[in-house]
Amino acid sequence: MSTTVKEVQIGDVGAQAAAHADGERMSLNVGPSHPTTHGVLRLLMELDGDLITRCEPVLGYLHRGDEKIAENMTYNQFVPYTDRLDYLAPLANNVAYAITVEKLAGLKLPERCEAIRVLVCEMARISSHLLGMGVFGMDAGAWTPFMYTFTEREKLYTLFEELTGARFTTSYTRIGGVARDLPEGWMSKVEKFVDELPKAIDEVEKLLTRNRIFLDRTEGIGTISKEDAIAYGLTGPNLRASGVDFDLRKDKPYSGYEKYEFDVPIGTKGDCYDRYLIRIEEVRQSILIVKQVIASMPGGLWYAEDAKKIFAPPKEKVMTSMEELIQNFMIVTEGPQVPAGETYFEAENPKGALGFYLVSKGGGVPYRLKIRAPSFCNLSILEKLVPGHMLSDITVILGSLDFVMGECDR
Amino acid sequence: MIDDDFVKALLEGRDFISVKHRVDCLTLDCLPDSLIGFCKHLRDDQTFDLLVDLTAVDHGEEADSRFQVVLHLYSLIHKSYVRLHVACPDNQSPSIPSISSVFPAANWHERETFDMFGIKFSDHPNLKRILMWDDYPYFPLRKEFPLAGIEVPLPAADVAEVTGADVDPAPMMGGPFVASGNGRMSEAEPRAKDESWTEESEKPL
Repeated sequence: MSTTVKEVQIGDVGAQAAAHADGERMSLNVGPSHPTTHGVLRLLMELDGDLITRCEPVLGYLHRGDEKIAENMTYNQFVPYTDRLDYLAPLANNVAYAITVEKLAGLKLPERCEAIRVLVCEMARISSHLLGMGVFGMDAGAWTPFMYTFTEREKLYTLFEELTGARFTTSYTRIGGVARDLPEGWMSKVEKFVDELPKAIDEVEKLLTRNRIFLDRTEGIGTISKEDAIAYGLTGPNLRASGVDFDLRKDKPYSGYEKYEFDVPIGTKGDCYDRYLIRIEEVRQSILIVKQVIASMPGGLWYAEDAKKIFAPPKEKVMTSMEELIQNFMIVTEGPQVPAGETYFEAENPKGALGFYLVSKGGGVPYRLKIRAPSFCNLSILEKLVPGHMLSDITVILGSLDFVMGECDR
Repeated sequence: MIDDDFVKALLEGRDFISVKHRVDCLTLDCLPDSLIGFCKHLRDDQTFDLLVDLTAVDHGEEADSRFQVVLHLYSLIHKSYVRLHVACPDNQSPSIPSISSVFPAANWHERETFDMFGIKFSDHPNLKRILMWDDYPYFPLRKEFPLAGIEVPLPAADVAEVTGADVDPAPMMGGPFVASGNGRMSEAEPRAKDESWTEESEKPL
């Protein structure tokens, strides 16, 4: 795309405004470096006055070639790369990736491991939605709620740090388990956090949900019909806001989600306001799940002990026993041995269904790993959704779709 | 429910599809020419209306049928996936019909598959690169493409015109975040060890 540079004299502005009166079109470039785009999304738009007549998203500014990289390393080595997909919910990405590989390997995990994974997934969802709605309020001109949600999110990151050693790049799962067991006393801290969180959500709701200005800016804006949402492959809160009852945690339960009771909020209109309401309610439902997991956390191991060719043995055994030393050596040098075949797995991530399509020809390295990024699919509707809106609606529409370019461009 | 009766009814009178396996979900081989019609049938009559993924697999230059397009469809009624395998007939210039008229979601997926593998989707409304820039000459996810990448000039003629300076790609060695420019790349950059080119062997063109 070539850019042309034109020098504009002050007097020309008036002339340009006059030209608009004749309905002349103007093209406007937003991004790739622009605060409202939540990353490096670039939009090429055609305007008639304030009205958008055409919108073409341009992607790829954050393309790192993750799928190529995956073909050149062992299964466990790729876990840190999944942190950097949807970097607002890295724990959920870790879990989705690990389950995909385990599905192809035919591994059965102990109950404690599954419960830990559900726990961290829901905490990741809370953290992602807290950011999503805080920033959405900011996009609509409300600064204060952002401060409230960020305070809560900071508490979550402290908990993540205690669990995984890192705030953002958690890399918590391994093929066949999780990196380490829950630290002592950690669950009571989580419980304290989820007990206090509803109060903070209530405060955000008081500031936003019945706020006249917020309602004016979001109600009836960016309406996606049920049919369009399905046709464009939307998933997650954006699809449910349009009234489609599709939640993989309910429809295709994984990692023991069927054991917990929760509701799936469904929107009616599919506008920006509905998408905000869905996220608020999903946080409340996630709190319920977290409480249930903590109340019923099973004991036992946090990794699949019998997966000798997949999960590395505990460190103290590697140091003392010959067999475990060889096992550890083989897994580190050759990678976890996964049989040949293909599999597809999708997890209900905060942004939508994160899917991995894995083709293996045996051995410790994937032959092909396709990452089905929810943000990529959710953004593909922009071309159809945006035209007909005013320029000022762009920020609100983008904020309500809650996307992350890290996973969109991969 | 995706049971034997469902599969039998689906196969009846359709000799262009065959069951490949049913390990994790129903996987069908489909001939490229019948793809659009069959997708319409799956969408309208069998409720598989959510195209969740479309991608391709490169089976290597030696394979009889090198490129294989893979589609995943989901039905909100059956709560199951169906996977379609479509083998591209020509290894040199692979091409299959575009299904973006049936599933608008396929539009970007097909552009990405074209971008990464060079598979053409005939009758696609806007088949151009989506992740790489328009003038990029290679297809990075093909198996012969090296992991370290191939340096190409960046298309910034407009920047060069204004600033008077050329835009060069980041160097493999000697840049701010990579190994120092002294010594051998294959030693300083462990990732370059298994590459098809280092300072010892010629860079492929």
